[in-house]
Amino acid sequence: MTGKTVHLKINRQDGPSSEPYVEEFNVPWRPSMNIISALIEIRRNPMNINGDETTPVQWESVCLEEVCGACSMLVNGKPRQACSTLVDTLEQPIHLAPLKTFPCERDLMVDRQKMFDALKEVKAWIDIDGTYDMGPGPKIPEKDRQWAYELSKCMTCGLCFEACPNVNPYSSFIGPAPLSQVRLFNTHPTGQIQAEERLDQIMGDGGLTSCGNAANCAEVCPKEIPLTHSIAELNKATTLYSFKRFFQL
Amino acid sequence: MNRQKIAVVGGGLAGLMATLKIVEMGMNVDLISLVKVKRSHSVCAQGGINGACNMKGENDSPWEHFDDTLYGGDFLANQQQVWGMCQKAPEIIYLFDRMGVMFNRTPEGHLDFRRFGGTQHRRTAFAGATTGQQLLYALDEQVRKYEAEGRVTKFEGWDFVSAIIDEQGICRGLTAQEMISMDIKVFKADAVIIASGGPGMIFGRSTNSLINTGSAAGKLYQQGAIYANGEFIQIHPTAIPGEDKLRLMSESARGEGARVWTYKNGQPWYFLEDKYPAYGNLVPRDIATREIFDICVNQRLGIDGENKVYLDVSHINPERLNVRLGGILEIYEKFMGDDPRKVPMKIFPGVHYSMGGLWVDDHQQTNIPGLFAAGECDYSQHGANRLGANSLLSAVYGGMVAGPEAATYVRNNSQSVDDVDERVFTSQLKADKDEITAILSMNGSENPYTLHHEMGELMTENVTVVRENKNLVKADEMLTEMMARYKNINVQDTTKYHNHSVSFIRGLSGMMDLAKVITQGALHRNESRGAHYKPEFPDRNDDEWLKTTMAAFDTQKRNPSFSYAEVDTSLIEPRKRDYTQNKKGGVTS
Repeated sequence: MTGKTVHLKINRQDGPSSEPYVEEFNVPWRPSMNIISALIEIRRNPMNINGDETTPVQWESVCLEEVCGACSMLVNGKPRQACSTLVDTLEQPIHLAPLKTFPCERDLMVDRQKMFDALKEVKAWIDIDGTYDMGPGPKIPEKDRQWAYELSKCMTCGLCFEACPNVNPYSSFIGPAPLSQVRLFNTHPTGQIQAEERLDQIMGDGGLTSCGNAANCAEVCPKEIPLTHSIAELNKATTLYSFKRFFQL
Repeated sequence: MNRQKIAVVGGGLAGLMATLKIVEMGMNVDLISLVKVKRSHSVCAQGGINGACNMKGENDSPWEHFDDTLYGGDFLANQQQVWGMCQKAPEIIYLFDRMGVMFNRTPEGHLDFRRFGGTQHRRTAFAGATTGQQLLYALDEQVRKYEAEGRVTKFEGWDFVSAIIDEQGICRGLTAQEMISMDIKVFKADAVIIASGGPGMIFGRSTNSLINTGSAAGKLYQQGAIYANGEFIQIHPTAIPGEDKLRLMSESARGEGARVWTYKNGQPWYFLEDKYPAYGNLVPRDIATREIFDICVNQRLGIDGENKVYLDVSHINPERLNVRLGGILEIYEKFMGDDPRKVPMKIFPGVHYSMGGLWVDDHQQTNIPGLFAAGECDYSQHGANRLGANSLLSAVYGGMVAGPEAATYVRNNSQSVDDVDERVFTSQLKADKDEITAILSMNGSENPYTLHHEMGELMTENVTVVRENKNLVKADEMLTEMMARYKNINVQDTTKYHNHSVSFIRGLSGMMDLAKVITQGALHRNESRGAHYKPEFPDRNDDEWLKTTMAAFDTQKRNPSFSYAEVDTSLIEPRKRDYTQNKKGGVTS
C-alpha cells in the first residue's frame, strides 16, 4: 500500500423526496483505479472523511466494461460512464453527482424509464412475423452494415439526454438516442417497411423539430455514435415524407 | 377468459427468448429482472455465436459442431440435449439476422463466419466484438413490441427472493422485492422459468458483471432444486486483471490470428503453437488456461516475472482489426491506456463461466415440477468445458426450449394457480418479510461486502485452475467458518429505500451454499476432466467418473449431499481428447 488516497465529494440523497447533501470520503489509491473501484472501497468501509460511520453510497453499475450503460453519472460536472473513468485522469477532489435531467432515486441513482418509453413510442424494432424457422434475413452490403452497427451500439445510458439543452422539464423532446434508433431501423431492409410509421411518431410535438442543434449529444456519447448526423438524415427523410403525404403520392 | 401466465426470472438472452416463445404460444408473461433487461450480462459476450451454416466451403455440419462440443467438453454433457442445440444453431443465427442484428458480412452480403477455439471450422457469426450486446438488443426490441401490446409486463429492478412451492412440491410462482421501493410481492404463475445467469461473483473478481451472484440459483438450491456439475467452472485464458473486475479479451482475437507468447531465453516463445500444432492458439479454453498458468506460476516465465503473458494482434492490419474486433480493442485501450494495434496486450486467466448449474431434464424442467431453468444457470449443454461462442447459443436455445415446454406444461396441468390455497402464497411472503426484518436488524461487526471479498479470494486461490484435495478440504472448512461469521454481519444501512445491503446479504447466504457445492464437488471428483484439473489425478477416469454430480441441499446439516447420475452417451462414443493433432471423427455409439 502506498498510503496515497483519493479524495471524493459525493452528492447524496436518501430517497426521491429527501434533501440532497454532500459527503466527502478518502479511499486508498490503487493503480488503474476507476470510479467504481472507489465506490466499492466505500462500501467495504463506509466511513466519511471525518471518520464517522455512514451508509454505503448507492449507485448503479453492472458490466464494468462500458457495454451495459448502467453507471452514468456526473464526474467533475461531466456526464460519463463511471466504469471507464479512471481516477488518475481526474482533478481531485473528484466530485460525483447523479445526472440532473432524470429524477434522483437515491444517491447516484436516477430513473431513466422515460428513455425506454421513448423506444416504445418510436417502434424501435424490426417487425418480424415470428421467431419461426424462416431462413436468413436480407443480404446487406458490408459498408452499410458498418455504419449501422455504430448506431446499434446505443446502450440507452442517458448521457446524451443529460447533455442536451432541449431535454428539460419544459420541453416534450423525445431525446437524441431514440431518434438515432429511428434512423437505424429505417435503414434496415426489413425495418424500412415500417419507416413511415416511425417517421409519423417523430414529426409531431416533442419530435425532431424540438432538437435545437446544440450538438452536445454526439460529444458526450461514450460509444461515439454520430447522433447529430442521424438527426440531420432524419430531417431530410421527414421533409421528403411530408411532401409525399401532402401530394398523397 | 384470462390468459394463463408464466413468470420468467431474468432478462438476458435465455429469459427474453423464452418470453417471446411463450407469447407466441398465446400466454402472457411477467418478466422479473434485477436490472433493466437491456443491461443484462449477455451484453458482455463478445466474440460470436456458433452455428454450422457451412458458408465457407469447409464441409461443416451440425453433426461436426455436435462432435466438437462433446469432445471439447470431455464427454460429460448429456448428448441428446447437445445434439438438439447444434441442430437448431443455424436456424437461431438466421432468426437474429431477421431481427436486424448487424452481423459482419462477406463481400456478397451474406453473414460472415470466423474460427473459435476447439474447432477447425469457421462457424462463428459475429457483430464486431460486441455480439452478445447486439443479440440481447435484438431480443430486447422484440420483447418491447409485445410489452407495448400488453402481452409482457416487465418488472425491472426487482430482486428474486423465493420460489413458492405448495404442499405437493409444485412451483406456483415466486416472491420478489423491488430494489427501489423495497416492496416485496407475490407473483403467482402457472409455471416459472429461471434464467438468472451464472454465479461468477462467488469467486469475487471474474469476467462477470456485478449482478452475476448466483444468488437466485443458490436460493432455489436451498429450497430443494438439485444443482448439477457445480465443480465445473471455466477459467478464461485471456482476461485483463483489474481491481474491480477481470475484463475479458475475447477468444475471437485468436480466431482472427492473435498469438499468445512470452519471452524464453530472450526470444519470443509461442508456447501454444509449439505444443499444439494442430489447433495452436485455438486450443479449448481449459487447455490454454492451464498452459498460461503453468508458464507463469510453475516456470516463472510471465512478463517481468509477473502473472501475465502477451496476447498479440499487433501484426494484423489495423483496419481489419477495427471492423472485426473493435469493441474489445476499445476496452483494452480505455482501461489499460495502451493501443493493442501497436503493442501486445498483457493478459492472465480469469473466472468466466459455470458449466454447472441447476439440474434440468430434456424439457429444461428442474426436479421441482413447474420450475424450469435456462441459460448459464442450467447445467445442460457444456459438459466439463464450454467451447467459445457456444454460450450465446446455449442461452438462446435454452430459452427456446424452456418457453414452449413451460407453456405445454401449463396447458396439461390440471390445477390452475388460481385454485391453489391462498395460504401457500401468504406463508412464503411472510417468511420472506421476516427475513428482511431480521437482516435490517443485523448489528454485528462483519461488513458483508468484505466477507464476500474474502470468500472470493478463498475460492479463487483454491478452487480454480489447479485443485489439490488438501486445499479443497481447507477451503471447505473456511467456508463453514464464513457461514458462522455471516451471522455477525452489520447491515450498515437501515434506510428503507434502495438499500443494496439487504438484497446483497440475503443473496450471500445462497452464494455460500453454492460455494460449498463447488468446493466439495471438486473434492469428491478424483480425476481430471475439462476445466477440473487435479495434479494428484491427472487423467480422465471414465470408469469411475463419467457421471453427473448431483448436489441436493441438506437443510439439517446445511451441507450438500451428493449423488451421481449416468451421462447419456447414446450418440457418440466418448474418446480421449488430444489437441496436438487433428480431431478424428466421432464413432457413433
